[in-house]
Amino acid sequence: MPINVLMPALSPTMTEGKIARWLKAEGDQVKSGQVLCEIETDKATMEVEAVDEGTLAKILVPEGTENVKVNEPIAIIAADGESVSAAASGAPAAAKAAPAAAAPVAAPAVHASPAAVQSADEPDMGETKVMTVREALRDGMAEEMRRDEAVFLMGEEVAEYQGAYKVSQNLLQEFGPRRVVDTPITEQGFAGLAVGAGFMGLKPIVEFMTWNFSMQAIDQIINSAAKTLYMSGGQMGCPIVFRGPNGAASRVAAQHSQCYASWYAHCPGLKVVSPWSAADAKGLIKAAIRDPNPVLILENEILYGTSGPVPVSADYVVPIGKAKIVRPGKDVTITAFSIMVGKALAAAEELAKQGIDAEVIDLRSIRPLDTETIVNSVKKTNRLVSCEEGWPFSGIGSEIGMRMMEECFDWLDAPVKRVHGLDIPLPYAANLEKLALPQAEWIVDAAKSVLYRN
Amino acid sequence: MAPQPPKKKSKADDVVPNSGDLLKYYRDMLLIRRFEEKAGQMYGMGLIGGFCHLYIGQEAVVVGMQSAITPQDSVITSYRDHGHMLACGMDPGGVMAELTGRIGGLSKGKGGSMHMFSKEKNFYGGHGIVGAQVPLGTGLAFAYKYRGLQNVSLTYMGDGAVNQGQVYESFNMAQLWKLPVIFIIENNRYGMGTSIERASSTTDFFHRGAAHGIPGEAVDGMDVLAVREAGIRAVEHARTKGPIILEMQTYRYRGHSMSDPAKYRQKEEVEKMRTQRDPIENLAKVILEAKHADEAKLKEIDREVKDIASRAAEFAQNSPEPPVEELYTDVLVEAR
Repeated sequence: MPINVLMPALSPTMTEGKIARWLKAEGDQVKSGQVLCEIETDKATMEVEAVDEGTLAKILVPEGTENVKVNEPIAIIAADGESVSAAASGAPAAAKAAPAAAAPVAAPAVHASPAAVQSADEPDMGETKVMTVREALRDGMAEEMRRDEAVFLMGEEVAEYQGAYKVSQNLLQEFGPRRVVDTPITEQGFAGLAVGAGFMGLKPIVEFMTWNFSMQAIDQIINSAAKTLYMSGGQMGCPIVFRGPNGAASRVAAQHSQCYASWYAHCPGLKVVSPWSAADAKGLIKAAIRDPNPVLILENEILYGTSGPVPVSADYVVPIGKAKIVRPGKDVTITAFSIMVGKALAAAEELAKQGIDAEVIDLRSIRPLDTETIVNSVKKTNRLVSCEEGWPFSGIGSEIGMRMMEECFDWLDAPVKRVHGLDIPLPYAANLEKLALPQAEWIVDAAKSVLYRN
Repeated sequence: MAPQPPKKKSKADDVVPNSGDLLKYYRDMLLIRRFEEKAGQMYGMGLIGGFCHLYIGQEAVVVGMQSAITPQDSVITSYRDHGHMLACGMDPGGVMAELTGRIGGLSKGKGGSMHMFSKEKNFYGGHGIVGAQVPLGTGLAFAYKYRGLQNVSLTYMGDGAVNQGQVYESFNMAQLWKLPVIFIIENNRYGMGTSIERASSTTDFFHRGAAHGIPGEAVDGMDVLAVREAGIRAVEHARTKGPIILEMQTYRYRGHSMSDPAKYRQKEEVEKMRTQRDPIENLAKVILEAKHADEAKLKEIDREVKDIASRAAEFAQNSPEPPVEELYTDVLVEAR
């Protein structure tokens, strides 16, 4: 029975990749452990080793092919004793009884927000270029490092490895090891060290490989970075950026899948932003680096590979504390941040089909929260659904709901509804994980419920 | 001062303190002593609230170390910090008014005993979480190296902090990157009420950097001249080679904080230290024996520092409480 070689998933969030190079040719003997080909993902180029032995009977996907889906057959191996020509001529056998692709169904990959309303405070985008969120973050850092010699990046794998998620690609090459600093795995230590350097007037960017690891360092973030300005009567501030991917990635289970928005937004002395679009990723990271206060950027691994138009200008800075209406509407307001914005927009599309015109607000900044933009929207729609991936208890939705009570109670025609992750540690199993994370359909249901359309 | 045969040639040998230096150390230590006694008294009167950790007994450590550095070098420590601030030259009135929570305090009354800072005097706090100042101090050294400066960071911690994980994270990075930092362990033998023997698997704390290749030295922390000599050697090492540890063997006469009756140790132990090892009394003996000054001069110094402490206390009581508007200032640096 000929063996199908399938396109492998090389990271938890990979859904497709490119066959960069075949190292074996048709007719070659293949032994287990030998490198068959190189596959390029958006993060890295990886070698794929053979698991099965035999003769490479046919290459189904030639090198250079892009967007090859995970689990698609890419070659056929004839086992020892089998006829190579028969194996090669046979149509690819049905994929092995693999479960449905492990990769998640992500939100729409390209930000489609053509109807976005440009508020007066919104900086002019000028000339734009389509790039990924990953590249936008990198460009934002690089521009600020060129602009200010006091800015440096430190964290695990940020330099030689080019970033665990490749966000710091080429920064070491441009700025050298003095300003792009690989650290040991020692979050509390390097977070504290960076805060000390900030007291001295440097402007550190600290990358946490993921925000989950920041819990090791939370004392330094809150007690040292956030409070020193106050405790010193204004003498000693800390201009620092902490950043990294936040929230669930894909199938990495409870300890690596958590939203920290509510944790850090709780604390005075910190600013917390969480961009969704590539343009905001660049505009906000630049604002964060220029800000004289500690700013936390909650990024999202699944969004790193998504693309959108990004201003080319090095002067494009998005002000912290301003939400953005990414889809205007009149029937119901939906607030979201980070990956939930994509899901909210998908929900709005579905609602539109059902005759409901939803307004979607990308919060962008969690602290300070742009209450004014939400209140103005609610005064128009009279209904609000808040979306977040994190847990409900004391979540961002709780805060927004309360603020609506305080500021526009009389404009509400229905109680504010919250869409959020289930109140459990995130499970590993694919089916349970999907059930635990908020989906676009949940938002559709919530919107209809505040409109009493269920 | 009785001349000591140098063990090896070092910078310390070239800078033997003269009479003026010795009197300055005497004065600086005595100022801390009188200031702390006054603070203790004011705490008893209800003028100082919250936690208040006195430095009485340990004065030789900061005064000796301060004499080994330049004003451009930085100091950071934990919450037993009044002595460090006075040694850095911060205004005693400003320190005392912070203890009383008044607008004239160094942090406008918003930091208190454990959280004071002075950019001007290169004092970076005053930190309330045991051990947290160690990565911060390592970061000050990182900034010196980043900027190509020749300064050193004096990073103080107590014997209680040396069992915190982040201390070793800092040791590792400091040695990995050869940062100009001196880790000063003030071993006063008790982490709050727990003796070092009950808290630490090994109590030779100067060895604690060995796993990272950081050299360490045990120093008589009750002898300001021994501290100074070790300090000068350590500064030289830090500037040229990287981190070094000084374990200052010292003693606090008072409890951990004002509310600590110190029942975990014998009165005789405290008494013995006070009578035989007191850093101020012992320096007075050196001064008098070598005739650097006479009794009258020392009395005059005592009057001077008592007066400074009294005036600080007076200022701290007369300075008004911070106005209500201060509640919301300094939370964030406003956009420029």
